[in-house]
Amino acid sequence: MAATQLRDRVAGHTAARRGPFWTIPRRDALVGYLLISPQLAGSVLFVLLPLALVGWYSLQEWNVLAGTFDFVGGANYAKLLADPKMGEVLTSTTLFSIGLVVLNLALALLLAILLNQKLAGTTFFRTLFFSPVLVSLVAWTIVWQFLLQGDGGINGLLGAVGVDGPNWLRGDATALLSVVVVQVIKNVGLNMVLFLAALQGVPRQLYEAAELDGANAWVRFLRITVPLISPTILLTSIITVVGSLQVFAQIAVLTQGGPGMSTTVLVYYLYQQAFQFRHFGYGATLSVLLFLIVAALTLVQWRMRRKWVFHES
Amino acid sequence: MKALGKLAAVSLTTLLAVTACGGGETPVAQGPQPLRMTIWTSNEAHLKLFNEIADEYRKAHPNVGSITFDTIPFENYTTTITTQIAGGKAPDLAWILESSAPDFVGSGALAPLNSKIENAAELVPSTTKLWQRDGELYAYPFSTSPFGMFVNTDLVKAAKQKFPQELIKAGQWDWEHVSKVNAAVAKDGKQGMTILDFDYKGWDNLATVWGGWGAKAYSDDGKSCQFNSPEMVEAMTFLHTSIFKDKAMPGPGTVADFFAGDSAMVIAQISRAAMLKEGTFDWDLVPLPSGPKGKYAVIGQAGIGVLKKSPNAELATDFLTFFTNPANSAKLAAYFPPARSSLLTADTMAKTNPLLKPDQLQQVVIDGIETGVVKPSHTGQAELAQTIRAALDPLWTADADVKTVLDGVCAKIQPMLGA
Repeated sequence: MAATQLRDRVAGHTAARRGPFWTIPRRDALVGYLLISPQLAGSVLFVLLPLALVGWYSLQEWNVLAGTFDFVGGANYAKLLADPKMGEVLTSTTLFSIGLVVLNLALALLLAILLNQKLAGTTFFRTLFFSPVLVSLVAWTIVWQFLLQGDGGINGLLGAVGVDGPNWLRGDATALLSVVVVQVIKNVGLNMVLFLAALQGVPRQLYEAAELDGANAWVRFLRITVPLISPTILLTSIITVVGSLQVFAQIAVLTQGGPGMSTTVLVYYLYQQAFQFRHFGYGATLSVLLFLIVAALTLVQWRMRRKWVFHES
Repeated sequence: MKALGKLAAVSLTTLLAVTACGGGETPVAQGPQPLRMTIWTSNEAHLKLFNEIADEYRKAHPNVGSITFDTIPFENYTTTITTQIAGGKAPDLAWILESSAPDFVGSGALAPLNSKIENAAELVPSTTKLWQRDGELYAYPFSTSPFGMFVNTDLVKAAKQKFPQELIKAGQWDWEHVSKVNAAVAKDGKQGMTILDFDYKGWDNLATVWGGWGAKAYSDDGKSCQFNSPEMVEAMTFLHTSIFKDKAMPGPGTVADFFAGDSAMVIAQISRAAMLKEGTFDWDLVPLPSGPKGKYAVIGQAGIGVLKKSPNAELATDFLTFFTNPANSAKLAAYFPPARSSLLTADTMAKTNPLLKPDQLQQVVIDGIETGVVKPSHTGQAELAQTIRAALDPLWTADADVKTVLDGVCAKIQPMLGA
């Protein structure tokens, strides 16, 4: 009897020391992993795996028609460095991105400030400027294609006030400008709404205090508004910079990269190489380049946030 | 770091679980097999005829389960097929455009057809050239459609100009006179001549004009650029003058739809006559005008090939044999000008082309097919076409120097021609 009691006590003591495997933290962790697993599976299958495959394809020469898939090592990267069109492509991409980002952010902020005033009709204008965001991208671009033609609506309006408008989509500079403007008008509403939300979060009393101290409107904007909405400026600039490097449909519909190479931005060139010219390996190499550019620009912006974003320094 | 390791382990397990759900071995083909042919027409009458022929074939071949005609929009046709091939979903049969013929024929993607086509000896040589390699035929020249000039005679009359038939009779149906007629119509407020699908981008359609000067895009062996040849410079100078000085053609960025009555003339393939069925104006179809080098004709082509990669390539080839036999070719001739000489008579074609008169069929279609030059094509045509398009863009301004621009085209493409 005593021996049994002792054995039970020892067993009980051991069990208490080991504890059950499914502890509460472990159970919580399992539930957590199970809950995120569908999203994780999606990210792995549709983001990480394709990303790895693109890297792998960039090392191959893939002739779809002949059915050959040969490992060529760094040959596609050497081709990238020697590609005579890359200079023009990168110039177009840079001009396009700078134009788009500057115009989009400046206009979005201006509209947000104007529509943040307590004036009649602001709701109507907020809806008006946001509505293009909801329109189908291709439908939007096709309508603009008609408007921008030599004898299109824009030149018709200009003609009515005695201005002889250019052939927008046929001149190097005007074609690039047209694509930028069409894209800005399409998406400016989104950034405008984000800025508007940020502006409404700036405490009124700060402006009142500054006013009492004799600060004019410009100083109030520069010293109060900009620092307090700087997290939103960071967010919108990252979204817009990344977005500017992915603009494809507008170029495919409006200019097909022309005139000359003036609107052949990197993502459009990548599409041409991979899908139109059937250089899948080289197309994948260009994708790697695009990925690196986007990653580098995002990283730079993220690093710089400490210097100018409020709450981050 | 430990958490990251766990996350990676979970990701990998999830991926394995997900991939384990699908896949498995491809089942061994058993029972009736389906066939799929990619096409770029979505015309109901065309599809009805294709389906009738397919149904007839399936009655005699129970081993073919279904035959699907898969319409892909023309603009992205070749891109879509090659993406399907890359994705392992190659069609069994495909229409192929003349511009990508050298790539498809030269790459070995298509199954040989020489011994499969019924009565192949009667195929007109000018129609098979593009689809052959080392004496073997790799696609059936399914549609051989010559370019002609459609004329809105109402607009010509309103501008007090001579009708094309009058100019032909007077031996004056040449580019010089045609340009004058078009300039006169343009002065009246409408537009002069347009070239269908050109729109200052699809430059290969300009072959319908420069052919009159004997110009070519590439040398016959494909190794040298011919854009700066004297013939091409002369032809392009004519075009430039017609557009910017004489205003005989609408300039870049101006939309003019011939079929809506906006312009006096349009260069197009004869299949476009269908768009004039309910036309609101009087029209005529005449051969292309003569150039300094005399009469000429240009043809656009489509071939049908069997993809070697198809698991049903043998069945697909057998269906193609049936689809293109003389009896079915006669039916298809209603919409697609045939390559068989026995069907190339004005009488036969008149039965299926009620919109066109016998002399139009003889002059434009039959003579065109026999003597026509196919629109430019080359190995790697898509990349060449894009490069030429970009290099030609500076030509479409009023103050362009034609020779300089054309020298620029050759400077860009000569390294790509592999000579």
